[in-house]
Amino acid sequence: MSDTRVVVVGAGPAGMRACAALVAAGLTPILIDEAARSGGRIYQQPPQGAARPGRELYGFEAAKAARIHALEAQLAGRIDHRRETLVWNCFEDALDLLGPSGPSRQPFDALILATGATDLALPFPGWTLPGVYALGGAQIALKTQGCGIGRRVVFLGAGPLLPLVAWQYVQAGADVAAVLDATPFAAKLRGLPNMLFAPATLAKGAYYVARLLAAGVPMAWGVGGPRAEGDGRVERVHFVTAGGDARVVACDALGASFGLRSETQLADLAGCDFVFDRRTRQYVPARDVAGRTSRRFVYVAGDGAGIGGADAAELAGERAALALAEDLGLPVDVNRAAFLDGRLARLDRFRRGLETAYPFPAHLLRDIGDDTMLCRCEGIAVGALRAAARDKGAPELNRAKAFTRIGMGRCQGRMCGRAAAELLAAARGEDLARAGRLRGQPPVKPIPMIPELLS
Amino acid sequence: MQFVRLKPRDGETVALTIDGRSVEARAGDTLMTAILLHAPALRRFEFGDGARAGYCLMGACQDCFVALADGDRVRACTTLVAPGMAVRTGTRDV
Amino acid sequence: MSVGVFDVAIVGGGTAGCAAALALRKRGMSVVLLEKGQCGAMASGTNFGGVRRQGRDFREMPLATRARAIWDRLPELVGEDCEFRATGHLKLARDAAEMAELERYARDARDHGLELSVVGGNAVRALYPWLGEAVTGASLCPDDGQANPRLVGPAFARAARAAGAEIREFAPVTHARWTGAGFEIDAGGATLRARLLVNVAGFWGGEVAAWFGEPVPIRPLCPNMVVTEPVPYVIDRSIGVCGGNVYVRQVERGNVIFGGGRGWGDTARAISRPRADVARDAMARTLAILPWLRDARIIRTWTGFDGEMPDDIPVIGPSRTTPGLIHAFGFSGHGFQLGPAIGEIVAELVADGRSASPLAPFAIARFAGAPPAPAPR
Ligand SMILES: Cc1cc2nc3c(=O)[nH]c(=O)nc-3n(C[C@H](O)[C@H](O)[C@H](O)COP(=O)(O)OP(=O)(O)OC[C@H]3O[C@@H](n4cnc5c(N)ncnc54)[C@H](O)[C@@H]3O)c2cc1C
Ligand code: FES
Repeated sequence: MSDTRVVVVGAGPAGMRACAALVAAGLTPILIDEAARSGGRIYQQPPQGAARPGRELYGFEAAKAARIHALEAQLAGRIDHRRETLVWNCFEDALDLLGPSGPSRQPFDALILATGATDLALPFPGWTLPGVYALGGAQIALKTQGCGIGRRVVFLGAGPLLPLVAWQYVQAGADVAAVLDATPFAAKLRGLPNMLFAPATLAKGAYYVARLLAAGVPMAWGVGGPRAEGDGRVERVHFVTAGGDARVVACDALGASFGLRSETQLADLAGCDFVFDRRTRQYVPARDVAGRTSRRFVYVAGDGAGIGGADAAELAGERAALALAEDLGLPVDVNRAAFLDGRLARLDRFRRGLETAYPFPAHLLRDIGDDTMLCRCEGIAVGALRAAARDKGAPELNRAKAFTRIGMGRCQGRMCGRAAAELLAAARGEDLARAGRLRGQPPVKPIPMIPELLS
Repeated sequence: MQFVRLKPRDGETVALTIDGRSVEARAGDTLMTAILLHAPALRRFEFGDGARAGYCLMGACQDCFVALADGDRVRACTTLVAPGMAVRTGTRDV
Repeated sequence: MSVGVFDVAIVGGGTAGCAAALALRKRGMSVVLLEKGQCGAMASGTNFGGVRRQGRDFREMPLATRARAIWDRLPELVGEDCEFRATGHLKLARDAAEMAELERYARDARDHGLELSVVGGNAVRALYPWLGEAVTGASLCPDDGQANPRLVGPAFARAARAAGAEIREFAPVTHARWTGAGFEIDAGGATLRARLLVNVAGFWGGEVAAWFGEPVPIRPLCPNMVVTEPVPYVIDRSIGVCGGNVYVRQVERGNVIFGGGRGWGDTARAISRPRADVARDAMARTLAILPWLRDARIIRTWTGFDGEMPDDIPVIGPSRTTPGLIHAFGFSGHGFQLGPAIGEIVAELVADGRSASPLAPFAIARFAGAPPAPAPR
């Protein structure tokens, strides 16, 4: 079994737990991540030289972060950790890599994709101005660099990350000019019953909001019509309150994004089937409870398999590893697997509550004008997509991409794909699932055109 | 400048130039941090007016590619600053 | 389910099929076009976008010349220019033998109405300072050009629909047969009837021909394509090389598109994938002629399906076995430029039984008795 090539992509909570379980099963996984150090997004570690106390970086989650980082040390020598290595393609039974020592091809017998998520961006006027960042980006600036995205910051969002990041900025001494929640306050109460399945998370959310209010940070719920303005950079943010009043806040930075979206390109290139997940309004790889995809010996775990959060990611990573071991015919602890299944189901209930509390802010897209930039890479406006959908009859995203170039830029539609699906469905008056998803194309991120690539 | 250092730290200083101007960063800064502590943006936008200063900070949006004097371009949010780097943002108002 | 009888049923919604639908409607015939996916999304939508006569097999030249005239008229014909630009096509030599080849072709091309200008050595770099040292000579066909392939097929489809053609997408034709008086076609759960049948099914044209007892040795062809991020616009010609192992063009927005070598395709599921190793070879060949591109990032790679005939020219003309069946498929990697003319030619064959263009070299009879193509890998 030791010559079985098992590859884990992603060194976040899901990938690290998967590696630990694979090692326990007697395997020597190859762990690949673009980052130099483990932790993924949530437990991302500052670069050498920029370290700070864990409590400051990760708040309530410091202990969990420390455990994941400790895993990296414990597994040293028992996994083959390829750091700073991009997996840019998956074709048949091999991955194409680009690492510090150049390009290579890594064949695999089994593959766990724990590729995580990124911020869910939605366009609004001015969102490409310098000074406008994703909420998660604003958090990374603080966490890994000790920097704020500006001196006087407005935060805008529609998920649990919003009060957290805002509070972290306040604690770090930043001037938080306003916290604007695009979801209505009443939704928080509707989500309560299911959120009670994870009381700690619930308490934390309430805690951040309470602290922000106590610190005198202006907060608003149910806001609409956001618009960033300024001469060459963001200088103020306009919005409309739930009551319909127009407001404007002066600032020099805006952190704005509206939840998370799964990174699924590699699963797509691996040939996995996808299903539409109505709850998170996105296509995700089809999988069973343990993370088995439609392709034999390819598994997905964590936020890359559908948004579930860090705790669920740890469990799912381990669960996928157990499934993989079982599929290889190795002995596995069935009680442990059953336990993980139970915990995952429980967290799933909680997740449903969270999504009720933070419903997708559809009103933001409904109201945006045709001239708002949709694809920030290619500079394509919302109106071009609407025209492709209505006048040129593009029934789904790839066709709209062919006509308009949305999703054809450097980011491969990561930043505009979800919004484009929503806009396309709305323009055609059709169900969101029919808008489809942008096909993954290699390289999943830009690769250099270097002759050394000619191995 | 766009970023602000909320948690000052010691450590080695790293010298680089931005559009010909000498500035100092700290070891452990990303190139993005190093630039945006001294400049308002990273690059010009190819398809319209205005500049870009990154967006996601996690290597996903690819908005933060900056040009180095030797012609190469790097993704600033995932590249650590190194001594002697020479950056050309092409945004004149630096 | 059964519907009325159409004058013509077209199998395949590539550029050829969509252009045929439009041309047939202009002659007043009732037309149904059946496309298994979306119009212009296979070879016609994934190709390199070269609109070139230079380098073509001279047997195709009359068709290519006819097509070239139509490219200028796209706005009036289909309502948009599809980003067609007559940038010229520049074919490069990288050594003396290749230079001799350019000169020979230019001499012979004159007989086919193609005026090329061949320049050597230093003159090349004076004219095109962006070319690298490896280039020793070049031949220019000034009125060749390039276009956005993603727009062309769909534009013809929309124009055909506006002219009254019935365009059915997501309607795979699973079988068609001759009834003695016309055709019965099973498509997307329906059985349609038509007096005449046009087979413009691209690679799958071989399968359609086989239904009528005339198999051909067609094989899938999946050219491997690469595109860079936008870089300043300098390559104001479409570029090819002797031997054809790399071809490059730059769109005005700045992206550099290049191809060379072959990708992977599964014809049964119509899934194609670019190959990383092939893309790397193409990168090296591109850098050899455009060294300054070395700092550009690759942002996407892709491939698609065309049908390749053993003699590298398509099958165009009436069936040998079945009256009223017209074939036009197997364009062997260079049918994008021809597409608009194929529409007119098919319409002539259908309506008049003959075409103004010389089609003898393309007759399906040349494969009579040929063994079918080996199963693709
Ligand atoms: C990557 C690539 C690069 C190329 N570069 C160039 C270039 O630069 N210049 C150039 O001139 N040519 C180029 N070509 C070739 C050119 O694209 C093709 O020769 C041309 O588009 C063929 O047109 P078509 O209509 O015959 O085929 P297609 O566009 O493939 O159309 C055939 C259609 O038939 C449909 N179909 C098949 N079977 C059925 C069925 N049973 N029922 C219903 N529908 C069916 C298919 O779905 C398809 O849409 C390239 C090709 C490729 C793949
Ligand atoms: S800021 Fe998004 S990739 Fe660097």
